[in-house]
Amino acid sequence: MRRWADWLAPALVGLLVVGGWEAAVRLLEVPAYQVPGPVAIARALVEDWPLFRSSMLVTLRIALLALLLAVTLGGLLAVLFAQSRWVERAFFPYAVVLQVTPVVAIAPLILIWVDDVTLSLLICAWIVAFFPILSNTVLGLNSADRNHVELFRLYGATRWQTLRLLRLPGALPFFLAGLRVAGGLALIGAVVAEFVAGAGGTGSGLAFRILEAGYQLKIPRMFAALALISALGIAIFAVLGLVQHLLLGRWHESAMRPEG
Amino acid sequence: MTLVALDGVGKRFASGTEALRGVDLRIERGEFLSLLGPSGCGKSTLLRLIAGLAEPSSGRITRAASRQVGFVFQEATLLPWSDALTNVRLPLRLAGVARAEQEARAAEALAQVGLGGFERAYPRELSGGMRMRVSIARALVTRPSLLLMDEPFAALDELTRHRLNDDLLALWAGSGVTVVFVTHSVFESVYLSSRILVMAARPGRIAAELLVEEPAPRPAGFRTSAGYAALCRRTTETLEGAMRA
Repeated sequence: MRRWADWLAPALVGLLVVGGWEAAVRLLEVPAYQVPGPVAIARALVEDWPLFRSSMLVTLRIALLALLLAVTLGGLLAVLFAQSRWVERAFFPYAVVLQVTPVVAIAPLILIWVDDVTLSLLICAWIVAFFPILSNTVLGLNSADRNHVELFRLYGATRWQTLRLLRLPGALPFFLAGLRVAGGLALIGAVVAEFVAGAGGTGSGLAFRILEAGYQLKIPRMFAALALISALGIAIFAVLGLVQHLLLGRWHESAMRPEG
Repeated sequence: MTLVALDGVGKRFASGTEALRGVDLRIERGEFLSLLGPSGCGKSTLLRLIAGLAEPSSGRITRAASRQVGFVFQEATLLPWSDALTNVRLPLRLAGVARAEQEARAAEALAQVGLGGFERAYPRELSGGMRMRVSIARALVTRPSLLLMDEPFAALDELTRHRLNDDLLALWAGSGVTVVFVTHSVFESVYLSSRILVMAARPGRIAAELLVEEPAPRPAGFRTSAGYAALCRRTTETLEGAMRA
């Protein structure tokens, strides 16, 4: 019953909005080049599907690769930071600098410095995606219970054993929360970088389709590309949510079903 | 035979607080020793010094060479991501014991505390009393000669505490392990111990010593016997005297 409601309520809201939108566009006779209705958008999506499909794969590939890089480098840096307060204090501010500088502002520089467009897109997406993973994992690694740490000390655990058996598993919920945020950010980073690269890029991602459709005044196509970006974001979020549930399954509060 | 000897041990924290002063203490092999006192009297600090988790600021601690320590914290301190068996075999894992032996000995320790069949249960699936049993099994799995317990049952309900008291006494009587048990409960210390050290605060020190010469495990009905009541009264008076002094 509860699970049905979880699906049904947002689905109903969605239907109402889409239906209302279509009705408004038709009744008010809004031309498609101003605001296209959902039907026109769906038609554009179906007609140009081969094009959209390959664009979607290009953007998805960048976002996922950036996420993978963010996980590896963010995770490794976090472990390094957790080894010594000194290292953390020395380097963390620079990670923050990287995070607070808007990627739109850095993207042109990266596009100039890096010849390969795919690589520069990847770097842009990575810059936005890696910080939540780094900061969450550092927090998680430093949050080990004091009594657990003493327990490990009492039984003569090595640094490596403490990291592997205590700190890393303890940091997992923090890391996964960071991962869910990073997943969405990697996609945003990829799209923003594609926009900046614009026509100068190899130009095949979803953001490029939006730009292209804009120049050609094919507004339904713009909306279709936009809808696909949202769909990708939702899909990434859902998959990472599933990963979180599977990994934390039986032990962490956040993955538990409410009782009763 | 003396397992651990403390001579004039004092402990002052970095904050300047003097937690312990001039503690002389001999822990004899096979005894069940309680450290009884109000909160803030330094009994937990003393236990940590005995365990080697902290260093004394003054005085000397001498330990017998052949000593394996087990420690039970106030909370069960189980790793939430590991099942009961994996939690119990942790000390063996850290010591590099072979996997098969880890599991066999951990299963044995779980059975010893009455949790046979719960090997695959996760901590959050267990009750507070059962979690504490797992924690005790973890402390016993290394077959320690010295078992240190820091108010292990303070957070449990009274009936569960009584049952765990009985089971702990049975374990102690059967194994020959030496127990040092920190508590603020007069009733618990009298029920469990062969010797009680009454502590006083500011600065933490040992104020009095009481011997409890009763058979262990305690006979049925001991909790309601006149002898137990008399011992509790005597211990309470000693404790109150120590707190006034």
